[in-house]
Amino acid sequence: MRSRGWFGGRGWGRRRRRRRRLRRSRAPVTLADLREGESGVVDSLQLPEDVALRLMELGFIPGTTVVAGRAAPGGDPRVYRVDGSEIALRRETTRHLLLRLLG
Amino acid sequence: MRSPFSEEANLQVTSGPALLDGPTATVALVGPPNCGKSTLFNRLTGLRQKTANFPGVTVERHHGTVGLSDGRELEILDLPGTYSLTPRSEDERITDDLLRGKMPEVCIPDAVLLVLDSTNLGRHLVLAAPMLALEKPILVILNMADELRRRGGEVDVDALSERLGAPVVLVSAAKGEGLEGISQFLESTFRAPDPVGLPVLQSPPSCRQWAGQVAAESAYRPPVAPVWTQRLDSLFLHSFFGPLVFLLVVLAVFQTIFSAAVPLMDGVEALITWSGGWLESALPDSALKSLLVEGVWGGVGSVLVFLPQILLLFLFLGILEDSGYLARAAVIADRTMAKVGLQGKSFIPLLSAYACAVPAVMATRTIENKRDRFATILIAPFMTCAARLPVYILVIAAFMESRPLLGPFLGTRAAALLGLYLLGFLAALVTAVILKSTILRSDRTPFVMELPPYRWPTAKSLGLRLLDRSKIFLRRAGTVILSVAVALWILAHLPLVDGQAPEIGESLAGTMGRTIEPIIEPLGFDWKIGVGLVTSLAAREVIVGTLGTLNGIDGDEESTGLQEALRQDLDLGGAVALLVFFAFAMQCMSTVAMVRRETGGWRIPILQFTYMGVLAYVGAFVANQLVTWWWV
Repeated sequence: MRSRGWFGGRGWGRRRRRRRRLRRSRAPVTLADLREGESGVVDSLQLPEDVALRLMELGFIPGTTVVAGRAAPGGDPRVYRVDGSEIALRRETTRHLLLRLLG
Repeated sequence: MRSPFSEEANLQVTSGPALLDGPTATVALVGPPNCGKSTLFNRLTGLRQKTANFPGVTVERHHGTVGLSDGRELEILDLPGTYSLTPRSEDERITDDLLRGKMPEVCIPDAVLLVLDSTNLGRHLVLAAPMLALEKPILVILNMADELRRRGGEVDVDALSERLGAPVVLVSAAKGEGLEGISQFLESTFRAPDPVGLPVLQSPPSCRQWAGQVAAESAYRPPVAPVWTQRLDSLFLHSFFGPLVFLLVVLAVFQTIFSAAVPLMDGVEALITWSGGWLESALPDSALKSLLVEGVWGGVGSVLVFLPQILLLFLFLGILEDSGYLARAAVIADRTMAKVGLQGKSFIPLLSAYACAVPAVMATRTIENKRDRFATILIAPFMTCAARLPVYILVIAAFMESRPLLGPFLGTRAAALLGLYLLGFLAALVTAVILKSTILRSDRTPFVMELPPYRWPTAKSLGLRLLDRSKIFLRRAGTVILSVAVALWILAHLPLVDGQAPEIGESLAGTMGRTIEPIIEPLGFDWKIGVGLVTSLAAREVIVGTLGTLNGIDGDEESTGLQEALRQDLDLGGAVALLVFFAFAMQCMSTVAMVRRETGGWRIPILQFTYMGVLAYVGAFVANQLVTWWWV
C-alpha cells in the first residue's frame, strides 16, 4: 500500500487530488513534498524566528539531510529522521521548510 | 546555604574546598529531554522520581541528597529537560531560571551535571556550548552507554574531555554502570571548565557545527539506527494496522479488567464479608464493634477490593509510557487534536490523566502556548481517572449481565466500561472545541515532537510503579476513606434517641441525605446516593466506601453484598445517570487544588468545577429520562 495512507490517499475531495497531481508533476521543493523513504537537504526555514530556532535545535539546520518516514493515519503529521533522531512535524510546518534543489 | 553573592567568586576559575564545607553544596542535573536525568537522579539519591520513555516526564525540580564517601552530603537537583537555554515552555523556564539565579528560593547550583544521550552525541553536544559558557564547574555525563555499545557506537572519553576542558564520563544510568566517575567528580574540588573555542551561542548552525567537530575530534562513531524502532514504527504508525493494534490492545485491557479482575474482586469481597461476619460474632456487642464492622469493614473494605483493577490499568499505562509508544500515540492523535484546536502534545497529559488528573495537570507544562495549556488543563479531568474505576465497575457489575459480545474478546460489561471512557473523552473534545473557539482562542502552534526509540519496559520499573501506586491507594484508603467512613458512621448514629441510635433515615446522615434528595431526585438517586455524592467531593472512590458503610448499617437481616444493595437503591435509569454523573463531575479536591496552583488563581478552577458540575447534572438528568422512557 502507498505510504499516503488508507483513508488519506484515496483522493477525498478535489483539492486533495489537485495537490497530489501538483506534487507528482515537479521535483520536491519543500519538506512536505517528500514521500515516505525519500530524502532531501534543508535549504531554509521560512518560519517565525522562534519556531525556526526550535527546529534548528532539533536538527533541521540548512545543509542537513532529512529522510521522510511514516505518517500518522491521514498523512499528517509525518515523522522525519534528521540528525540521528526522529521528529514528528505537521504539514503546515513542513510546507515552510524549503529543500535544496539538486543538480 | 551559601549566599547568592558567592556566585561571583564561583565564576572565577576555581572554588576551593572551603566552599563545600557546608552540608549543601548544590549540583544540578541538566540535559535535553529524555536523556535519562531522572533515572540518574534516582540512582544517585536512591529516590523514586517518575521516569518514562518520552520527552517531558519531569516538569518540576526535585531535590535529593547524595552521601559522599568522606561523609559529606551534596544536594542534587533534578530539572526538566531543555534543548537550549532559550526556554519556550514552563518546564524549560524552570531550568533556565534556576541556572541563571532567577529563582529567589533556590540558590544557584555550585556545579552542573550535564547529561547527554551518548547515542546521539552530535546533536546533544550542542547543549554543551551554552552550558560551558556559563563557566560553572561541570561534569559531562554521556548516558546510555549500554545502548551505544550494543548498537556499535564508540567515543573517546579522554579526547572529548580534553576538547571540552571539562571532565567527561560514560555511564549507563539504567544499568548503573560508570557511576564511580560521577562520585569522583562530586568528591573532587569543583573547577570551572576550560573549553577551547566555543561557537557563537546565538546561532544554532554554528553550535551544531562546533558540536560535530568536537564529536569528530573525540573519535565519536555514532551507533547504527535502531532497527527495531523502525520495524515497530512501520507497524504502529501504519495507516491501517496502527490504530487497529491500538484498539485491540485497549479492548484486551478492558476485557481483562472484567474477566480476570471481577472474579478476584468477588473473592476479596467474599473475604471481607466473611471476616466482617467473623468480627461481628467474635466481638461483644458494643458501639466499637458496630463502628468496626459497619464503618470500617463496610466502608474501607468495599474500596479495597478495587486494587487489582487499578493496578492492571497502571500496568498498561506503564507499558505505554516506558516503551516509547506514548509519543507515537501523540502523533496519531495530533490530527484529532488539531480539529478541536489543540495539538498532539496536549495528548500526553490527557493520556496520563487516565491514571490521575493531578499529575496530568502538572504535565501540561510542556505545552508552549499558554492558552493551549489552559485548555488542556480544563479538559484533563474529563479523562476517566483510576478513581472513577471503582464506581464504574461496581455499578456496571451490579446492573449489567455478563454476556459475550464479540466472542471472548469483548463482553457486555467491558463494552459498557469502554463506552464510559469514550463518553469522557468526547466530553473533553467538545469542551476543547468550545474553549478554543471562544475564550481561549489562539493561533495554531506548530506541533514539534521528538520520538524516542522503543525500549523494553523493565520488570523492575513496572514493578516499582505498581508498588508505589498500591501504597498511594492504601494510604488513601487508610486516611481519606477511613475518616469519611468513621465520620459517616457517627453521623448515622446521632442524635441518640433514649440512648439508642436512631433509625438510619432519621439520623444526621439521613437528614443530610433527605435535605438534598429533592435536588437529586430528578436524576433517579435516593438519599443514600445523595450522601455518597457529597462525600465523593473529597475523592470519587469515596462514594463506594460511603455506600458500603450505609449498607453495613442498614443491611439489618442478612449482610447483602454491595451490588445487591445498590440494585435495591437504584433503578436502571438511576444507575445510568450515576455513571454519567461520575463521568462528567469534577469530584476531586486534589485536582481543584492543583489547577489553582498551576493556573495561579481561583478563576479557572471555579469555572471548571461549575461547568463540569452543571454538565454532570444535566447529563445525568437526560440519561435518567431517556433510559426510563426507553425501558418503562
